[in-house]
Amino acid sequence: MDVNKDSNQKAWLLFLGCAVPYRVSSYEISTRKVLAELDIKLVEMPEYNCCGLPIDPIDHEMMLILAARNLTLAEEKGLNLVVLCPGCAGTLRKVNKKLKESKMLREKINSYLKETGREFKGTIEAKHLLQLLIEDVGLEKIRSAVKKPLFNLQVSEHMGCHVTRPTGAVDFDNPENPEALKKLIEVTGAKYVDYIDKSACCGAPIAGVNDKIPLQLTKEKLIHVKDAGAQALITVCPFCHMMFDTNQPRIERMFNETFKIPVLHYPQLLGLAMGFSSEELNLKGLRVDPTPIISQVSDRAEGK
Amino acid sequence: MSESKPRQKEKVEPEREFTKATSTSSEEPLSDMTKDKTSERRGSETASIKAHEFDPHFKHEISNFHGGEKLKQCFQCGTCTSDCPIARFSDSYRPRSLIRMALLGLKDRVLSSDTLWLCAACFTCTDRCPQDVEVASVIRIFRNIAVKRGVIPQIFKELGSNILENGIAYKIPELRLKKREQTGLPPLPKRNPKALEKLAKETGFLKKLKGSG
Repeated sequence: MDVNKDSNQKAWLLFLGCAVPYRVSSYEISTRKVLAELDIKLVEMPEYNCCGLPIDPIDHEMMLILAARNLTLAEEKGLNLVVLCPGCAGTLRKVNKKLKESKMLREKINSYLKETGREFKGTIEAKHLLQLLIEDVGLEKIRSAVKKPLFNLQVSEHMGCHVTRPTGAVDFDNPENPEALKKLIEVTGAKYVDYIDKSACCGAPIAGVNDKIPLQLTKEKLIHVKDAGAQALITVCPFCHMMFDTNQPRIERMFNETFKIPVLHYPQLLGLAMGFSSEELNLKGLRVDPTPIISQVSDRAEGK
Repeated sequence: MSESKPRQKEKVEPEREFTKATSTSSEEPLSDMTKDKTSERRGSETASIKAHEFDPHFKHEISNFHGGEKLKQCFQCGTCTSDCPIARFSDSYRPRSLIRMALLGLKDRVLSSDTLWLCAACFTCTDRCPQDVEVASVIRIFRNIAVKRGVIPQIFKELGSNILENGIAYKIPELRLKKREQTGLPPLPKRNPKALEKLAKETGFLKKLKGSG
């Protein structure tokens, strides 16, 4: 079935989702920069739609249809999907797996898709950016692209739930002891800092119903990150990033705390290690001032 | 005696921390917006159970949906609630008790509970349940059924309508789309909302969105 699992395949169809083009363009900018450097060709995806996750709570079947429609677009092009948002990635992976496995469900969903001239066949794979980097690019290739190792930096991660959960449906890494992002951080030369509750949720998905709880969850995690001595937090999710970066000043005001922890998208960190400038990686698009990180990086470049 | 003292201390500290956090936040002008309305429902959910409330078919109804198959295997250990990130900071959201109510057949209480909408779908409960109950999926099934009864929180109506209008869940301002290209990004790929609307009509999703919530 996995005809396209060919590891020589270098072109990937880019699934942007909703939140990245809406508010988190620095994630997209930096992703495009580093993937080009790693010989990954990104193909644009006209006609795409929301992955379906936001409406799963109100209509599971419609979610399946939206996800399946995206998968058929990729099948048509004969390309695997690379996804920036873990919510979209988890949804597309889950639905892809379910529809491949269950003939009954596939027939049901196809009976709807037929109305728009589409059919799910089950010929492609969908992967989150992290999974692409680990499984298809590989740590060795990334290591050889690192020109300016970030030895001066100490960073922590917040990976985001849907990269690894639910285990059986997503099939990537171990949510109880995740390693993918850790390995990818260490490859840049930065020191990896662990903290308690590392794999706990930031609460972002319920912010539209109740924003008090997500802010409390994020505050707690920021306290742990700060206590652990990290100079920056690394994310790979647009929603988690909004919680930790965009909302950080608000959290500081609400809870009378001071964090000032820059929150970088992983490709920004990797990009710095590859030698891209902070302008090229759109670091100025971050809410929390990343100057301390940038000066660490340039100090090193000047051999201080 | 000497052993129990430090243990007690450990227990008290996190609670103090929590009280401090909430009281600080309630002094903020933001408090209205961030008010946890779910706690107001707590009363009706804990009121004594009357025999006429039981719907013995409810648990079977849930088990018939994808993701609900293992509901009846729950032995109420409480792993879901104790590991739930939301439950830590909510007065009212308790996945274990939602599951228990469903098993008892308290259909109306479950489906009208505001706490239903507090699950963040992080799947920690699903991953850790020793009985393989897909807790987060069961809660999604509750929500889907509540929607059929006309209960849809405003945010989901907005997201759903946006998807049908724009193909994606947010309407991106023109200015921002132009800015994309200024920063060197290719134009955002065109979407096909017409195809989505057709599908939404076919499945009845459109009707659900337009129904009163």
